[in-house]
Amino acid sequence: MAKVLVVTSGKGGVGKTTSTAAIGAALAQSGKNVVVVDFDVGLRNLDLVMGAERRVVFDLINVVQGDAKLSQALIRDKRVDTLSILPASQTRDKDALTPDGVARVIAELREKFDWVVCDSPAGIEKGAQMAMYHADEAVVVTNPEVSSVRDSDRIIGMLDSTTLRAKNGQKIDKHLLLTRYDPARAARGEMLRTEDVLEILSIPLLGIIPESEEVLRASNLGSPVTLSNPESAPARAYFDAVRRLQGETLEMSVPSERRGLFGKWFKWRVA
Amino acid sequence: MSLLSFFTRKNSAPVARDRLQILLAHERTNGEGQSELIAKLREEILEVIARHVTIDRDKVQVKLDRGASVSTLEIDIEVPGLKLAAAKPNGGAAHTAEEADSKSGADKAEPEAASH
Repeated sequence: MAKVLVVTSGKGGVGKTTSTAAIGAALAQSGKNVVVVDFDVGLRNLDLVMGAERRVVFDLINVVQGDAKLSQALIRDKRVDTLSILPASQTRDKDALTPDGVARVIAELREKFDWVVCDSPAGIEKGAQMAMYHADEAVVVTNPEVSSVRDSDRIIGMLDSTTLRAKNGQKIDKHLLLTRYDPARAARGEMLRTEDVLEILSIPLLGIIPESEEVLRASNLGSPVTLSNPESAPARAYFDAVRRLQGETLEMSVPSERRGLFGKWFKWRVA
Repeated sequence: MSLLSFFTRKNSAPVARDRLQILLAHERTNGEGQSELIAKLREEILEVIARHVTIDRDKVQVKLDRGASVSTLEIDIEVPGLKLAAAKPNGGAAHTAEEADSKSGADKAEPEAASH
């Protein structure tokens, strides 16, 4: 059965689009049929991060409004053939996404794919609510920083109250994805530790993505980090997160870049 | 001095954690109603005071200080010349008296309320 996953955060710039691309690609790399959907109407970027910006013809709004068929708007990834992108529109009209239209598109996507990964816009307005409304599960992307944690708390509250599942009295599985984490700084008391964030937000941890140069390199190249450098620390962290998303139980660690002569992976243990 | 401050510098992460815990404890219980609550309190308190005293609605300040166990709500209302609102409709001769009254100096009343 298809699963709809929303990648959300409240705060902007914490890594929603990067994480959507990496999670979507990692799921597809494991053989699943995946579509990543950009809900950031007016400020689309998922296409750019995925390297598909020159192939956009139709977008989500065109499909929602019935101007294009879903199959016309879907862009098949050139590297992983089980991965597709549904780009957002660059229109400034915020009301272009109608609830009925979105419901129809999501239903159609559920039939075609195993995973529908929705990239939410920042904020708590209509766009963000639309992105999370049909979700079965949510990845809450959080930086170990006060404003991000506060906004995540707000978003978690919205996931529990304004989504379709919440309205039907069902629960929505929420997962915390801690991004831009620096274990050395956390150990020195300069950055909120994983335990601190978990204690405050009290939702299960999906993964810890270390701060890494590879993330910027990947977006420069227009490739999810799990494709551009699968051996890198953030890519390995995303692969682990995706395995947990699919029900596996793995030891939680923060991968780091290979160090030393023997190329041993140096890992930071997490309580 | 810089060497000393290097060694005595306190870790900032525990401060961040404590601030977040206090803030979110309040935001979760009060939620979106928080800002509405203050606006409502402001309106109702002003209504009661305006029944007896003439006040300038632009000269009202509402401050909230949230602590771990006790919060204080401070309402600062400037009352020009502290005169009874009931005395107003007298008209005519009372008018000049009012003007003289306001020139004699604006009194400031500071009612304070604490919410726990």
